[in-house]
Amino acid sequence: MKISFSPEDEVFRREVADWLKENLCGEFEQLRFRGGPGDEHRYPEERKQWEQHMAQAGWLCVGWPQDYGGRGLSINQQVIFNEEYARAGGPGHMGHIGEGLAGPTIIAFGTKEQKQRFLPGIVNGTEYWCQGYSEPSAGSDLANVKTRAVLNTEQGRWEIHGQKVWTSLAHEADWCFVIARTEPGSQGHKGLSFLLVPMDQMGVTVQPIEQLTGTSEFNEVFFDQAVTDAANIIGKPGDGWKIAMALLGFERGVSTLGQQMQFKNELDDIIRIAKTNGAAEDPAIRQRIANAWIGLRIMRYNALRMLSGEQDGALRQEAMIYKLHWATWHAELGKLAMDVLGPEAELLDRGPYELTRLQSLFLFTRSDTIYGGSNEIQKNIIAERALGMPKEPKITR
Amino acid sequence: MEFAFTEEQAMIRESAAGYLQNISTSADVRRVMSTEQGYDPGVWSGLCRDMYWQALHIPEAYGGLGLGYVELAIILEEMGKRLFCSPFLSTVALGVNALLVVASEEQKQRWLPEIAEGRSTVSLGFISSEDTQENRQWGSASVQSHARKEGDGYVLSGSWHYVSDGHTANVLILAAREKGVSIEDGIRLFVIAGDQDCIKRQWTPTMDQTRKLARVDIDGLFVSADCCLGGEESAGWPALEKVLQLSSIASAAEQLGGARQVMDLTIDYTQERVQFNRPIASFQAIKHRAADMMLQVECATSAVYYAACVADEYLSERSNTAGDSSKISDELLQAASLAKAYCSDTFFHCAAESIQLHGGVGFTWEYDPHLYFKRARSSEQFLGAGDLHRERIASQLLDSSAARSDV
Ligand SMILES: Cc1cc2nc3c(=O)[nH]c(=O)nc-3n(C[C@H](O)[C@H](O)[C@H](O)COP(=O)(O)OP(=O)(O)OC[C@H]3O[C@@H](n4cnc5c(N)ncnc54)[C@H](O)[C@@H]3O)c2cc1C
Repeated sequence: MKISFSPEDEVFRREVADWLKENLCGEFEQLRFRGGPGDEHRYPEERKQWEQHMAQAGWLCVGWPQDYGGRGLSINQQVIFNEEYARAGGPGHMGHIGEGLAGPTIIAFGTKEQKQRFLPGIVNGTEYWCQGYSEPSAGSDLANVKTRAVLNTEQGRWEIHGQKVWTSLAHEADWCFVIARTEPGSQGHKGLSFLLVPMDQMGVTVQPIEQLTGTSEFNEVFFDQAVTDAANIIGKPGDGWKIAMALLGFERGVSTLGQQMQFKNELDDIIRIAKTNGAAEDPAIRQRIANAWIGLRIMRYNALRMLSGEQDGALRQEAMIYKLHWATWHAELGKLAMDVLGPEAELLDRGPYELTRLQSLFLFTRSDTIYGGSNEIQKNIIAERALGMPKEPKITR
Repeated sequence: MEFAFTEEQAMIRESAAGYLQNISTSADVRRVMSTEQGYDPGVWSGLCRDMYWQALHIPEAYGGLGLGYVELAIILEEMGKRLFCSPFLSTVALGVNALLVVASEEQKQRWLPEIAEGRSTVSLGFISSEDTQENRQWGSASVQSHARKEGDGYVLSGSWHYVSDGHTANVLILAAREKGVSIEDGIRLFVIAGDQDCIKRQWTPTMDQTRKLARVDIDGLFVSADCCLGGEESAGWPALEKVLQLSSIASAAEQLGGARQVMDLTIDYTQERVQFNRPIASFQAIKHRAADMMLQVECATSAVYYAACVADEYLSERSNTAGDSSKISDELLQAASLAKAYCSDTFFHCAAESIQLHGGVGFTWEYDPHLYFKRARSSEQFLGAGDLHRERIASQLLDSSAARSDV
């Protein structure tokens, strides 16, 4: 057990830091510290350009194998890369759904042709993805998906009907991975498939949903006779559930470290404010700031644990609690930000409803404990899978 | 960076768990905790002979095993699971660390081998104020015993409180200050034989019977200059503070073990207990509380072993005397306070949940939850509870001029 980095890794750290210093400036300067949680709708075009700029120097998908266009970095170097990226104020990735979810799924389960077709667009920052899981009647109970897909063998394509909801960044995406029912009359986990569907077509309609922030980062997506090539299925028909679940495992990879560094930037902001506005003198606030700091450090240690040792894909204890921990922590941080600001916290940046960064943080963190498996669902999973407690009783529909 | 146990470390854990399972059952704990001595001398000397844990992180040059702090944390975690009653924590966490951090080379040669051989247990006393507000800070102001220079030695006087195993330790390390010198200056550590007529040592019965505390009174004992750890020029309070930080990490490791065990035994109980025709473990209210416990225990695990790695870096740098310290060993204060704050809260939370989820039997003497609950409470207090350590962190974050959350 060892927590220090080797001298070679430290050399790499400087290389990353130097590159960012020389490149994250000029036209890109305005993007520093932007596009993080609660700010994801900002500067979409400029951020895509930044990602393409990074891609040219080989700084997207740095953990992917070189065969797939990645940089093939070791885990330690990926840790360092993510830390330095966030330290430099690198903007939130528009392409994180492709880089973090779609890509690893295609690498793990896709065919050679699918890899050739889809991976370059992600590595080059030219194709963007969204995640079509949730539906009006399939939220926590994801297996209740109703969207149907039928293989039209004559035309050699899938035809898709149904509706997805809460689809983040669908309005910016070129492709959507969709869980659809391909076996008519099937129920639950069975009969689902994992399809890759182009967004730019007649049969797909994207309708923004206004969030409680007044902005629209997520959408309703309607499929009405939407089509995708017969080859655009990951795995076999009926494998959808298995693949959908494996994908959720990729969420707990190295990218969590980048997310953590954004959290650190937020906490730094709060500390700076507390020191200037006098909140730092309040004993209760001091305790909460220390607690937030402790929680963030522990998040880092948990991530280092996840990334060390056997990478066999099995979810270990520290991985099982990871989402519940960060989501809860982040929501508390949002509240702490407001309490540190005091009455000032109420004042908008501008009317009619232009939120300040910390107001966005406060409001947006309310979603962290809902999406990607709500806190309650996380606790069910921990109790049942990690602690071996009985499953929820099933009531037949 | 490889934040995972090595195979050797996993083996050390396995053998520790196996050994402790035999010598520290609930019946053993109950038998020993009701004695004044608080441990079974036969079991202790057997452990020193068979396992050599007392020598675990003493360097080989002094007859120790020369292993690291991670290994030490593993042993302590396993001891914590079993509520093992012994002078291990005081001897190793307080005693050995004080000698490693503060003692001169001659003093190490003089004292460490007899500890390594299992011939001596040690404790450290420093809280010696009559002001409880000073004492609850576990800081330099609580050191109010006196050491007056006289000839080529010192005259010690004072009353040291809450000295763990102070009534049985063969060797005592006591903190005292020059009279009239305020706050941090003039604090020295003195190492002396515990069993002397002019030292009055009194066991003070405690709510947590698995850990013994004593009060040590001395009225004008002359000690020679070579009893002063590190000599006249020793670093005083800052050095003692490092010792306490290392001890906090050790204590946190033991708390982690207690928390994990009390969680596990509670979940086992909920699987067996049937109400409304189902095991109570099938109620979501209970499952979610179990999940909350597991989250805390896993986070505590990360905190303890990270801190143990920091302690390792700190101690190995000291022995290399290279001078320039790495960034990591600079983290000792934060890592220690983080681990102690988090593990104190976690252990207390899990032990309290244990009583609640056991229902009526959780409130009996017969069942074990109360043993963990009381140990959680006493270990929380030892070296400062969560609030105190959070305030130390807050002061680092908020009272310095630069806002750096990675300090
Ligand atoms: C900001 C945001 C972005 C999102 N982005 C995407 C996206 O890109 N793609 C996508 O597919 N989805 C996305 N989602 C959807 C998200 O995954 C769902 O909202 C989530 O799975 C919860 O489903 P639901 O909204 O239907 O709530 P419900 O499932 O109806 O849950 C309502 C409440 O009931 C609780 N509950 C439900 N079941 C149980 C149970 N068994 N035990 C105890 N409590 C239970 C929940 O925890 C919650 O508190 C996003 C959501 C948000 C808020």
